[in-house]
Amino acid sequence: MIAEFGLAALWLAAALAGLQLVAGFMGMRDEDEVLARLARPAALVQALLCGLAFLTLLWLFARTDLSVALVANNSHSEKPMIFKLAGAWGNHEGSMLLWVTVMAVAGGLIALVERRLPERTMLATLGAQAFVGLGFYAFLLFSSNPFERLNPAPGEGNGLNPLLQDIGLAFHPPTLYFGYVGLSVAFSFVVGALLTRQVTPEFARVMRPWILGAWVFLTIGITAGSYWAYYELGWGGWWFWDPVENASLMPWLAATALLHSASVLASRDALRAWTVMLGVIGFSMSMVGTFLVRSGILTSVHAFAVDPERGSFILALLAINIGGALVLFITRASTVAEGERFSILSREGALVVNNVALSAVLGIVLLGTLYPLLTEAFDVRVSVGPPYFNPVSAIFVLPMLVVLAVGPLLRWRKDSFARIRMPVFALGIIGLLVLAGVLLTSTIDILPLLGLVLAAVVMVGSFLPLRGRSLRRLPLAVWGMVIAHFGAGVTLFGMASDTAFQQERLVAANAGDVVEVGPWQAVLEGVIPVAGPNWNAMEAQLPLTYDGSEAGEARPQARSFWSPPQETSEIALVTRWNGQLYVGVGNQTEDGRWQLRLWWKPFVTFIWYGGLLIALGGVLALLGRLSVDVRRRVAVRKIADRKEDEAAFVQEAGA
Amino acid sequence: MTGGIKPKHQRLVLLTIALVALIGAGLLAAWALRNQADYFYLPSEIEAQAPEPGRGMRLGGMVEIGSIRTMEDGVTIRFVVGDGEASVPVSFTGIAPSLFVEGSGVVAEGTMGADGIFVASNLLAKHDENYVPRELEHMTTDQVRAQIEATLE
Repeated sequence: MIAEFGLAALWLAAALAGLQLVAGFMGMRDEDEVLARLARPAALVQALLCGLAFLTLLWLFARTDLSVALVANNSHSEKPMIFKLAGAWGNHEGSMLLWVTVMAVAGGLIALVERRLPERTMLATLGAQAFVGLGFYAFLLFSSNPFERLNPAPGEGNGLNPLLQDIGLAFHPPTLYFGYVGLSVAFSFVVGALLTRQVTPEFARVMRPWILGAWVFLTIGITAGSYWAYYELGWGGWWFWDPVENASLMPWLAATALLHSASVLASRDALRAWTVMLGVIGFSMSMVGTFLVRSGILTSVHAFAVDPERGSFILALLAINIGGALVLFITRASTVAEGERFSILSREGALVVNNVALSAVLGIVLLGTLYPLLTEAFDVRVSVGPPYFNPVSAIFVLPMLVVLAVGPLLRWRKDSFARIRMPVFALGIIGLLVLAGVLLTSTIDILPLLGLVLAAVVMVGSFLPLRGRSLRRLPLAVWGMVIAHFGAGVTLFGMASDTAFQQERLVAANAGDVVEVGPWQAVLEGVIPVAGPNWNAMEAQLPLTYDGSEAGEARPQARSFWSPPQETSEIALVTRWNGQLYVGVGNQTEDGRWQLRLWWKPFVTFIWYGGLLIALGGVLALLGRLSVDVRRRVAVRKIADRKEDEAAFVQEAGA
Repeated sequence: MTGGIKPKHQRLVLLTIALVALIGAGLLAAWALRNQADYFYLPSEIEAQAPEPGRGMRLGGMVEIGSIRTMEDGVTIRFVVGDGEASVPVSFTGIAPSLFVEGSGVVAEGTMGADGIFVASNLLAKHDENYVPRELEHMTTDQVRAQIEATLE
């Protein structure tokens, strides 16, 4: 019964999305239409119903109701409760239900609180939101029903894969989904603004918290995903330009560009058409990402061709939503009047450079990701990796970072170089000092070299906008910008430092052998068998010294799981403030030696510290924007109250 | 900076700059993809037309029975990858994945050395339960290719 209840709630939610669509678009033409008053309530009730459907699914997983196919396939009565619950969205159907739920809740939220925009624009936005939502409802109900029954019910579920019982893995996909859905809200606002020809600064201000929120979630998702790949894969790398990674990077690039252009629109009423365009691209990239990950096309074009239903469905949704929005954009772009003008040397000019560079990188990543799929269609198998992505994207990223350091110093509209000459020279000197310092002490490749130089310039430059300002009165949003930019410098430093200075040792060692890597010394004390709840492992014990003093012990394992049979390498990490020692144990050679792989990775942790700082900056900016909005609402209400009081007073006096 | 541009042309100028940059990025990407993408080869394809030494590529095939030898240092292995028509010797320094065994499918990432030995920097392997090595002799190149791709999904 419970599963049917969930399914009914989902159908009802879909019906309400239909109502919201009609009400929204009717109201857009004539806001006095009776139906128009139904748009906001429809969005609210839809959010509640969708939430109910998702709670139902959680309940089914919590109780391990094996008569539901999804539960039987992905859960097991012996799983810990947290992984039972996480199992609800750790599969295709459940994750799509989560997507729809988050989207419906976001729609309900804007229907409930957002009153700044003209009502017609809001109705059009809600209509667009419902249109996108309906596509996903159809996808769920017709090809990915999470509540499907299994008859007869099996005695026990299938899903006890220990490798998937990882807390990071449980929360990583929802994080990205929140980001994707946030961009879908921005997309709806864009469509609403285009339909009613209201591409205004107010529109950008309303949209901005959603972009910021999406961007924060994407940043956290990418950072966590990178660290997960780093310690789980055991290859010592932190970014592989894997299509799944790129699927999360592309929306992030678009969101970053959109965030900055929306700032220009909100503050200066410029870059109108461009912001709208980026709003469309942002959500397109979310859908491309979903398509790549969910369609199975990445494994092989042929695998996709064998079971094309789901992939085709997402592809059709993508074509309808994005194609429709692009047609709308093309027909309406010429009616979006040109915004305020600005000189090339101005804050706006710098942000245009940021936007163009980010868009170029986005294009480069997109082409590199799709290229193997395209060639496979012609039966040529290729793979595209770092030799393509690193240098080609660097051509655009490096100049962008220079502008990142200088841009925030510029004034809006028009500035002169003379005014910012001093800080620019200071940054230039810092860059040259770092360049000279690195060149004198080591020989490294050009890309990490430039990375180190720019990291220093960006880290210092990010604090320069604070010059001469009262730190106490500084708006939270400016702090957010400073910290996020600083974080970008920190991440870049970590990447460049690891690439330039990492040291690797690969040996086959007997017990008692000493392995040296960088300042570290490791002694292979022995390799012992250990057992876990569902695995056996060979564990290498390596007492460590750093610069001659004791520094703990590394215990990497080569693990064999027995259900399902699978072998993994559990690397050992020893973290210091200035980097990580990364130790993996491999196979035993015929003569009894053990393969050991050690990396000394100076400052590699800064990659993820920087990512967290970027996210923190986003959170601060979001809080700053929201608090300004709340304060304004309170002020507006006070004025309204006073007017009411005055009116009542006048009436009383008259009576 | 502002002097040269008439204000009313600003939108056009911005659009032009953006387009030039984006088209430039596209052309650059297309050029780099042609040069940097790693092609997938079978041993027989290498025999027919050897790829230039030093260029990144992937080699796929079956690890021939009895061909894996561990070198003196304990971390370098040599083995032979074949597809039933031709075979290529491979050298790999590193920790081989646990599923890398004789008779299984493998894809090696690396470069072709001038001496005809493929130097692998990474091995991707997955065991296929349905695989019967003897059948390989009767397979066409396309079948081998399909077999290898199937083992790597």
